[in-house]
Amino acid sequence: MTYQHDVIVVGGGGAGLRAAIAANEAGADVAIVSKLHPVRSHTGAAEGGINAVLQSEDSIESHAYDTMKGSDYLADAPAVETLANESPEETMQLEHWGMPFSREEDGRVSQRPFGGLSFARTTYAGAETGHHLLHTLYEQVIKRGIEVYQEWFVTRLALTDHDDPEERHCHGVAAIDLKTGEIGGFTANSGVILATGGLGQVFDHTTNAVANTGDGYAMAYRAGVPLEDMEFVQFHPTSLPSTGVLISEAVRGEGGILYNSEGERFMFERGYATEWGEVASRDVVSRAELTEINEGRGFDDDYVLLDMRHLGRERILDRLENIVHLAEDFEGVDPLEQPMPVKPGQHYQMGGIETNEFGATCIDGLYAAGECACVSVHGANRLGGNALPELFVFGKLAGLAAAGEDLDEPLISVGRTPDAETGSVETPITPGAIDAPASDVATSGSAALGPQETVEATVEAERDHIDRLLERETGVGHAAIRAEVQQTMTENVNVFREEANIKQALEDIQAAREAYQDVSVNDPSRTYNTDLIHTIETRNIIDLAETIALGALVRTEFRGAHWRAEHQERKDDEWLKHTFISWAQGRPELWFKPVILEGELQEYEPKIRSY
Amino acid sequence: MSTQVPEDAEATESTDEDAAEPPATAEPGPQERRLAAKEARTGRKSMPTTDVEETVHLRVYRYDPEVEDKQHPHYDDFHVPKTEGMTVLDALIYARDEFDSSLTFRHSCRQAVCGSDAFFVNGRQKLGCKTQIGDLDEPVRIEPLPHSEVVKDLVVDMQHFYDQMHAVQPYFQPDDEPPGDLEEYRQSRENRDKIKLSTRCIWCGACMSSCNIAAGDNKYLGPAAINKAYRFAMDEREGEEAMRDRFDHMAQEHGVWRCQTQFSCTEVCPKDIPLTEHIQELKREAVKQNLKFW
Repeated sequence: MTYQHDVIVVGGGGAGLRAAIAANEAGADVAIVSKLHPVRSHTGAAEGGINAVLQSEDSIESHAYDTMKGSDYLADAPAVETLANESPEETMQLEHWGMPFSREEDGRVSQRPFGGLSFARTTYAGAETGHHLLHTLYEQVIKRGIEVYQEWFVTRLALTDHDDPEERHCHGVAAIDLKTGEIGGFTANSGVILATGGLGQVFDHTTNAVANTGDGYAMAYRAGVPLEDMEFVQFHPTSLPSTGVLISEAVRGEGGILYNSEGERFMFERGYATEWGEVASRDVVSRAELTEINEGRGFDDDYVLLDMRHLGRERILDRLENIVHLAEDFEGVDPLEQPMPVKPGQHYQMGGIETNEFGATCIDGLYAAGECACVSVHGANRLGGNALPELFVFGKLAGLAAAGEDLDEPLISVGRTPDAETGSVETPITPGAIDAPASDVATSGSAALGPQETVEATVEAERDHIDRLLERETGVGHAAIRAEVQQTMTENVNVFREEANIKQALEDIQAAREAYQDVSVNDPSRTYNTDLIHTIETRNIIDLAETIALGALVRTEFRGAHWRAEHQERKDDEWLKHTFISWAQGRPELWFKPVILEGELQEYEPKIRSY
Repeated sequence: MSTQVPEDAEATESTDEDAAEPPATAEPGPQERRLAAKEARTGRKSMPTTDVEETVHLRVYRYDPEVEDKQHPHYDDFHVPKTEGMTVLDALIYARDEFDSSLTFRHSCRQAVCGSDAFFVNGRQKLGCKTQIGDLDEPVRIEPLPHSEVVKDLVVDMQHFYDQMHAVQPYFQPDDEPPGDLEEYRQSRENRDKIKLSTRCIWCGACMSSCNIAAGDNKYLGPAAINKAYRFAMDEREGEEAMRDRFDHMAQEHGVWRCQTQFSCTEVCPKDIPLTEHIQELKREAVKQNLKFW
């Protein structure tokens, strides 16, 4: 069975829903195809808020500057300025759609301070901003009657098979209907938008959902789209130690204090951020916490304490009530009565599928938005409160672009432009391959075929692939392989990175690739086969772990969230450039492009970054 | 295939539940216990050490329309090593990853916000990720949500639930044009507080599954959909016409008047939304609106 629409949006979280609404408003017939029902998406777990310039004392320039400083000068200025420019109006659009923001006495939306911001511009709805954002957008999807294929897992892009990826065209996707096991094709007359969210499951201590297996990044990567800046992984300073559940930065934004086991307010007393303290940027606070723990000033060698009791019951229940429930339900601590144990946990992937500011990739007909995309707006470190506006600002633009709206000439170019330089790094093993196909393109000769035939050929290829997985009688299960990768990533490519450890991770990933050759699905059923789904996801986790480790190995400097033991300084002469990894003939290929620091509002001269 | 089919099992469940329900104050709550566990771990207070061999006994409902052994619903037993703070979801994940990879259930965020993992645990609708295994009598019986078609094992077809949610015009409909591109529709704090609890719904379906009325009347909107209507109906900024439409819809045969205030939805709601109160308030409003527009 094949389905046909103008625009196919893969993923039903914040970026996907906003893209679908925009494409619908531009007159396109749009459908959302999502592994989860939209309201199950992980956007719903976002807590803190939305950065938007809404007050006359604040300025777009200031939001843009804070974001660029937070990125440690690795974000592209046109992306940063697009975010800062568009966020206020788009935030108000959500309000006009009924998003239940927290309110001031005069009935206006409330804003609060957040890490790395020079003005209190984080707009919020309690400490459950993402939940309200997700549901508000889904309400608008219902209102517009946009088609949603829920619990359809997109596994492969339908592309023509030109040798040069930049000549390929994306005509749709192949997907599995979880309920029946049917493998269907979705033809997109106008464009496919990947909005599949994050990849936290590459690590074993993460704030991300179990569904966040990086499917969009991996599909695009295997289709020949470069992944950008994958080494930049955000570790959130305050996740609960036993589960990884997120405790919002809003706790510190509202005045929460971090203590070590000696009772010191270490952010100040140990000199990590003498001006900003707890509300320094996330990378800074995460490193500080782990340094305290590693030097024996943590609790249980595992965590530090976050105290918000002094904020008072009334303020906590007004602004942070959700935090009280999370700490009680998932750590057994009542934060009204005692401090919460917290430690850094994988939270967000700054890097991703290379796009311009309108979501376009270097492959015609293929777009990406949200966490899986790298515009690049976050560079080496994302500021709290900038992910939600990223979803709706760039989701909307991608929706318009995919629907064929006339937009301005993009200021960010994609693909291997003349200023690209090739790179290489010495690795203990040759990464990639082990029988991996050259790339996930439709069968040979599809370059000459029309869209429908390309999709059909892709569905056929996917059907064969899935039959093989289901028919294999014996072998290892995906769970053990996945766990190996997650453990090595958390052990070796975490907040603190050393050359030998990263190399160890690459060896372990290669071993996982080898093991995956014999992976088998034990559940023989076509009906809701999660064994099959998790097996397919595990391949994505392996490919993505490798790109993160490779990026971490090649970047011999310390910038933003990327800390290297052997390279303790930011090297602007050498490294004001983005890392790219492309899948070529079954092997990852490294290359670079310069960062764009020249904006329309201002030029961002790299400065020493202190908080 | 529906979970209502094994009727004798349901009958046993209610007896079990009555027998098993611990007195409300006798046992320490999950919070105290986890706290005690933490204290034990950090050595700040003495506690007997946990027996590493201790396991928890799960009895899980199995059904698959295609697989010969599973076409007749039955229960499988799993003995999972018990760890501190283990939830029903943790135990299921362990059973699946270590013992039987075909064991099927929905789950995603594991922090009670995605609403995927509502199950029928020891005869009560609960979110797997939010339910401590140590609080439950063993064997812990885990079944799919009652009154829904079972797709496989613990996965139920949610379509009917979604249809009801979609039926109440679940979107904001203010009368006035937006005050400006950068201006909000102002809302008083009091009004925001009034609707706050209703906006917490995570669409898990626990309430609908627990409701006797919904079980007998497939057209009944159900507590979640009525609560969604409440969120908009009580918003001071909604337009008068939208308000009237909504109340007409709420006051129809399968709307608010069906509720017999049994409070089962309120009792099982994992987000503590006062669903029954919201339904009652809409009944009162519907009467008022009716008088007004008559």
